[in-house]
Amino acid sequence: MVEENEMSGKQIDFRDPSGQVSITGARHHRVSALEILKMRGVGLILVLIIMGAVLTFLAPKSFPTAYNLFNVLRDVSYISISAFGECMVIITAGIDLSVGSIMGLSGIMSALAIAGGMPTLIGVFSGLATGAFFGLVNGLLISKIRMPPFIITLGTMSIVRGLCYGITGGWPIPSKGRAGVQSLPESFLILGRGMVFDTVPYPVIFMLVLGLIISFFLARTITGRHIYATGDNPQASRFAGIRTENIKLLVYILCGLLSGIGGILMTARLGTGDPRGAVSYELDIIAAVVLGGTSLMGGEGSLPGVILAAAFMRLIRNGLTLLGSDPYWQPVAIGAVIIAGAMIDHFSKGRRVE
Amino acid sequence: MPEVPLVEMRGISKSFGAVKALQNVELALTHNEVLGLIGDNAAGKSTLMKILSGVYLPDEGEILFEGKKTHITGPEESRNLGIEMVYQDFALANKQDVASNIFLGREIPKGGLGRLFNMFDRRKMDRESEALLQRLKIEIDSVRLKVERLSGGQRQAVAIARSLAFNAKAVIMDEPTASLSVAAIGKVLELVKQLKEHGVSIIIISHRLEDILHVSDRIMVLRRGRRVGDMQNEDLKITDLVEYMVGARDDFA
Repeated sequence: MVEENEMSGKQIDFRDPSGQVSITGARHHRVSALEILKMRGVGLILVLIIMGAVLTFLAPKSFPTAYNLFNVLRDVSYISISAFGECMVIITAGIDLSVGSIMGLSGIMSALAIAGGMPTLIGVFSGLATGAFFGLVNGLLISKIRMPPFIITLGTMSIVRGLCYGITGGWPIPSKGRAGVQSLPESFLILGRGMVFDTVPYPVIFMLVLGLIISFFLARTITGRHIYATGDNPQASRFAGIRTENIKLLVYILCGLLSGIGGILMTARLGTGDPRGAVSYELDIIAAVVLGGTSLMGGEGSLPGVILAAAFMRLIRNGLTLLGSDPYWQPVAIGAVIIAGAMIDHFSKGRRVE
Repeated sequence: MPEVPLVEMRGISKSFGAVKALQNVELALTHNEVLGLIGDNAAGKSTLMKILSGVYLPDEGEILFEGKKTHITGPEESRNLGIEMVYQDFALANKQDVASNIFLGREIPKGGLGRLFNMFDRRKMDRESEALLQRLKIEIDSVRLKVERLSGGQRQAVAIARSLAFNAKAVIMDEPTASLSVAAIGKVLELVKQLKEHGVSIIIISHRLEDILHVSDRIMVLRRGRRVGDMQNEDLKITDLVEYMVGARDDFA
């Protein structure tokens, strides 16, 4: 079976002669992952341009205005920032269903602290701490006690939303005619309402800066590598000495923290901590991550696709609203688009779910 | 060649509940030697190797590395000594590229400011991976290829190259040819010989006795947790090995 040839000095050619595994091209060809990503990015950008053109044609007065577009982009930013965290969680082959609830509660805790007379800085900090805390709870249960992420975060989704209702008694914070200040101070509201050059909203800037930092973290740092490896092959990662539980703990904390940031910005924009704030956002967030090219199987994914996909979903909502469609029917359209997008991706990649 | 064996396992016993997986097993691996470890299912081969690689602790017995008594209590300690394990199901991260896999868990930190940010040195990892593959004469088009795009043989080659990246002195291969095509098996066996040429000692477990006869300098047979045969690979035939495996021969009764 093994050819008795002189072993030393002979090049072992591991390329499969059957061509079943196609490895072609120059020796230093650099490489498919980036190409696929680029192609996906190009695809999403093309879809966005087409949608923009169609909406410009259908609603020429309301759609193509800087006001409307930056409004859309601002809504995109809350979702994207939380989706950055969700993306890291999904890269580790996990899932976090509690992101929408955490967005809601973080905003409420910030608003409560500030309405109660605390300085803005403390208010923001309590919102961030709320997000990180529930991320920590998710992370501990999932990584240390090895519970399945789906069921754990389904539980915290409900708990955290319940806290939103319970703490506020169902009232927005602050509310007219109730104790405390009547409206949140400008120093807080500016986080969501401020604009750079009178056009670009602060949340959009936050989204871009956070996106850059997290992209760098994922692509260039050793911990980032370990996040991918943990989702790709947890057993191999453990054998290689990676502490996969700590990696998982970290991504859930970051996901909670980022959802907190998204929730605070949303609250600052709305001017109140709304107990129903960000209800069902987890669906948009997960859809943005998956449509953005992150595999639910773990081990791959990146942020630019997340922003594009989040923009795509928001544009659909915005377009349907501008075109005067019945909001009650919107979820049908959104769901259909998610399925269609996933299918296009599925077939263009030639990948089958095993 | 020095007198002292590279690895010496003395009087190793291990039970799982009532099951005696290993009973007073002796193993010596000399420098630059390929030791074939064979035995029927449940003979204790994998258990013995998991003790050496730190996955299991022995109930009794001691391990000497380069003549010094050591206490291997975890995979990291075993790896720090210079013992690497190559698993049969290629413990690789398939969606990551070749260089990332070779340096998985041991990424080279970037110098200067990059170190502050916990960055890894992509270029250095690529360069060293290329050099490593070249040294082992493994032909892979680019170290930036994702592992999932490689053939089974190439993946096993990457897994083996991985073990050499950190100057392993002993490499344990558990069924390295189990899930490979016939053509790829031949290449992996050549790779075993390449490793040996680089001065590494190898313990190879395989059900494929012809593979064992082809690459091993010495062959050790386990049966029901006991060592029943241990001989130089000279004029041995498959039938000789089978006699030990089924209990017809026992040199240590």
